[in-house]
Amino acid sequence: MTSSIATPSHSPPPKTRARSHRSVPARLLVAPSVIALVLWMVVPLAMAIWFAFQRYNLLIPDNREFVGFANFAYILTDPALWISIGITLVLVVSVLAITIGLGTLCAVLFNQDFAGRGIARVLAISPFFVMPTVSALIWKNMLMHPVNGLFAQITRGLGLGAIDWFADFPLLAIIIIVSWEWMPFALLILLTAIQSLDADQMEAARMDGASATQLFRFVVLPHLSRAIAVVAMIETIFFLTIFAEIFVTTGGGPGLATTNLAYYIYLKALLEFDVGGASAGGLIAVVLANIVAIFLMRSVARNLDT
Amino acid sequence: MASNTSTRWWIPLLGWLVACLLFFPIFWMFITSFKTEVAAVATPPQLFFQPTLENYVAIQERASYFTFAWNSVVISLGATILALLLAIPAAYAMSFFPTKGTKGTLLWMLSTKMLPAVGVLVPIYILARETGLLDTRIGLIIIYTLINLPIVVWMIYSFFKEVPKEILEADRMDGASTFQELRHVLLPLALPGIASTALLSIILSWNEAFWSLNLTTFDAAPLTAFIASFSSPQGLFWAKLSAASTMAIAPILIFGWVSQRQLVRGLTFGAVK
Repeated sequence: MTSSIATPSHSPPPKTRARSHRSVPARLLVAPSVIALVLWMVVPLAMAIWFAFQRYNLLIPDNREFVGFANFAYILTDPALWISIGITLVLVVSVLAITIGLGTLCAVLFNQDFAGRGIARVLAISPFFVMPTVSALIWKNMLMHPVNGLFAQITRGLGLGAIDWFADFPLLAIIIIVSWEWMPFALLILLTAIQSLDADQMEAARMDGASATQLFRFVVLPHLSRAIAVVAMIETIFFLTIFAEIFVTTGGGPGLATTNLAYYIYLKALLEFDVGGASAGGLIAVVLANIVAIFLMRSVARNLDT
Repeated sequence: MASNTSTRWWIPLLGWLVACLLFFPIFWMFITSFKTEVAAVATPPQLFFQPTLENYVAIQERASYFTFAWNSVVISLGATILALLLAIPAAYAMSFFPTKGTKGTLLWMLSTKMLPAVGVLVPIYILARETGLLDTRIGLIIIYTLINLPIVVWMIYSFFKEVPKEILEADRMDGASTFQELRHVLLPLALPGIASTALLSIILSWNEAFWSLNLTTFDAAPLTAFIASFSSPQGLFWAKLSAASTMAIAPILIFGWVSQRQLVRGLTFGAVK
């Protein structure tokens, strides 16, 4: 009994020693997430590589054999693949330019003080939260429809005739829809970044007689450069695989006019059931995405220390 | 910049103009949902009309709407809860007991986000088919959990980092176990952060439209797939499409409005705060 009363004064040291061993259970706490993600990355990718070297069609599953690089040879000589890669690049580059250009200007605008700014800002970022299938169908039916769409009604009212967006400018229509969805994303991120700009620094520059354009060019833009880079890279990851917007509006057409790489692989996989070809195409998409990913990871890693 | 007391009259005008233009498609859809099908396609377009709830009634009466809505709820909540259960212990360990490998692990987790979905469409489709998970809610829950896990870990990690270490150390001196410490000290402190993480995960799962379109047909199809089924038919259906869309996006829009500031952190992996 007496010993139990005496021990408290000695208990702290063993306790802290016990704590120092906590890195072992700490690792156990991280393990489930890591294992789940390893499986998620490795298993499908390994399967894709495995399938890419086989002739394998889900409709004739018995006729399955190892064919070496035949799938790659077939897919890389398919003009449709190169068209789809070209369309993917056009989509990515133009939507990036539009969303970041307008997003930066809007971020500067919504950083100004004006009546009802909070509400205006909430309205402006709303499109980002609308599910892609809804966005695409609103634009397709209610705005861009050649007969009853609002745009057609307005232009006809002005005596200009109507544009059949999805027949005449299908890719532009997709670009407009995706830009509408993602410009608010750029705005939201860049507005947050701009708000961390030091007010004193701005004031000092203004005292020195800098004009509004000079302020933007030499103070705001350099401050935003890293945030812009982050937005560009995250958007690129998403834009490389735009799918739902194409799926519900053009179905990749007319012809191949809006078939991007994601849609091309989808056509190969779930309409032609060509597992081998689709897997080979998928690996090409993975390589493309990884090129972007390397830059994104560098940028994020740099930020991790600060 | 915020202190800029601009008296330029055109700034509020331009600000509101931009906001209204961007919001207009959503507003127009909302308005259309209260029109009759005839009024929805009327020439000229009607801004003032006799509002009707018939589209909402029609959508409700199609019992299938609730199947899809319920699928969306179950899938996004399920995926979010599962992701939080995996991520909270991991984020706890990495923020309070970092090792040499922690930074690498975090970055590696992030890199899994860079794998384009379409690159593994075929293997995932075949795996889901072989395991009987095709067109099941469990199948989508597993996929959404894995898609969102890196973002959830990162976001919670960044919130845990902001909890002062002294508080935890004081608690540890009192002999609290790891679990008690997590449950009674850390979670209450980080609750707002965890809540906004959960919101982001729900938003992303609710709106996800690659896997939901490719892996479901009817049984597990969420609202994204239901709305997509409106893409083919011609004819008078815009008002009903608008009503269904309004119901499908309303909860998420509100979540987004509420948590817009905190979402930035998750969406940019902490690169912009």
